[in-house]
Amino acid sequence: MPVSLVSDGEGPALPYDSEVHTTAHRRREGGAVAQQIPMVDYLVLGDSPHLVANECTDCGAKFFDRRNACASCGGTSFKKTDIATEGEIRSFTIVKAFMPGADDYVPVVVDLGGTSVRGQLMNTPAEAANIALGQKVRLTTYSIGADTAGTEAINYGFEPVN
Amino acid sequence: MANDDIWILGINMTKFGKHPDKDVVDLASEAALAALADGGVTIKEMGVLAAGNLMGAAAGIGQQLQKQIGQTGIPVFNVANACATGATALRTVIMAIKAGECDMGLAVGVEKLSGAGMLGAGFGVAASDEWTPAGRYGAVSGFEGKLGTDMMPGVFAQVGMEYLHQHPYDGADFELFAGISAKNHFNSTMNPLAAIQKDMSVEQIMAEPMIAYPNTRAMCSANSDGAAAAVVVSGAKLRTLSKEQQKRAVKVSASVLTSDPYQEACQILPDVNTLTRIAAKQAYELAGVGPDDLDLVELHDCFATAELVHYDNLMLCSEGNAVDFFLSGATTRDGKTPVNVSGGLESKGHPIAATGIANIWEICYHLRGEAGARQIEGAKVGLAHVIGLGSACGVHILEKSGL
Repeated sequence: MPVSLVSDGEGPALPYDSEVHTTAHRRREGGAVAQQIPMVDYLVLGDSPHLVANECTDCGAKFFDRRNACASCGGTSFKKTDIATEGEIRSFTIVKAFMPGADDYVPVVVDLGGTSVRGQLMNTPAEAANIALGQKVRLTTYSIGADTAGTEAINYGFEPVN
Repeated sequence: MANDDIWILGINMTKFGKHPDKDVVDLASEAALAALADGGVTIKEMGVLAAGNLMGAAAGIGQQLQKQIGQTGIPVFNVANACATGATALRTVIMAIKAGECDMGLAVGVEKLSGAGMLGAGFGVAASDEWTPAGRYGAVSGFEGKLGTDMMPGVFAQVGMEYLHQHPYDGADFELFAGISAKNHFNSTMNPLAAIQKDMSVEQIMAEPMIAYPNTRAMCSANSDGAAAAVVVSGAKLRTLSKEQQKRAVKVSASVLTSDPYQEACQILPDVNTLTRIAAKQAYELAGVGPDDLDLVELHDCFATAELVHYDNLMLCSEGNAVDFFLSGATTRDGKTPVNVSGGLESKGHPIAATGIANIWEICYHLRGEAGARQIEGAKVGLAHVIGLGSACGVHILEKSGL
């Protein structure tokens, strides 16, 4: 049962805070208890899903992975920073599915208030005519499926703000 | 011909494409022996060997090659630096000679890639019955198709599209990038060593199967087999060689290798721009030439979307004006700064570790005035650029012998 996302024990302990560590959120759905786990540990679920970065306390550079030190300044002190949930598309592509039955998908780089993140564009036809550079988007979440224990993995993506 | 100058004495590339009957050692041997013959020297005169074969990086291609062409006991450096592996091998030999360790050396790059499919797909997380966070992002599943793409056509598509976000273009982006590809495919018709020699119109390129918008198949580098090798010599040693060798030698006016300095977003989408611009700037300063002095450029068009941004990164145009620069015709073989007259990686092919020496071969071919049908007349100065994700960027500026 994935009740904790405590790291795999390698590398220095640049800790994720308890909010991120305790990732098996409980959510009531028609009386049943559904377990959830985020696709990545920098996605915080709950009432207002958002991304959280490791911010270097020396230079302010933000990273989404487990850190050994800061790639910008070499500092080793980090704090958790919530990232904005709205922003704009700074780049995209449309990857053509090469497996039969699979869907094309739209990787995007999104600028969320000055922090770039990667993700997928959701709720938009995967055609160039429907996607614009600079388009305003917001973070959204969706299930990528449940495991044998019934835990749903929740991923994030971005959808247009109309 | 100053003592501490660095020269290419001999150089060769094999035909790129499918070589089902040759293994990497055959291809590396073919290029190495031909480069030695081209320089009028033998393996016995080499003081150092640097070699790369990215897909077989653990196997020690340098020693494998020695076992076929000459085990002379010299130091061997097996190098791996993504698509910049060949340039890194060359740079290693140049550094050894500059350091005074020896006066001649051999650099080799080889790859067998035909039929390899799309590179870069990451499936970092093992399948499990239960979601189990793993890796540096605590991910329960692979990223591909869920959080962007790590496949090269899509990565470099985003590199090109990001440029158009930073420098908005009113026209049709798809057609723009297809136009770059059309230029290179036209150039390939004059290069018998190219994997694909096929003149294609913008319309034909746009009608090819889409891989990752806006890159269709024709706009992606062709996975190919091939090898390239170069013999490097010091100025002091070159002076002791024949006039004919001195005349055909090509001066390495600048040899630069950079990695990417931290930039916001560089760990989200690879930043191929900053390290290329830095390498170019260093190379122009070292060589004492500017972009306007270049008679031809071979740059790393692993995808059509990449070529556009490198016009700007290599400062061939003013900052932000890569689109206008291309649309002006400046980069055609008759233009102000011919780019990828070899056909580029989109048609010549991209056997990864060979690429960073093959592009230098192309420049040497023109500077020596030996390029036949595709000769850029009167070429005296050229620049070769290569980039490997991760990232590593090699820039070499080459000049014709004054003799």
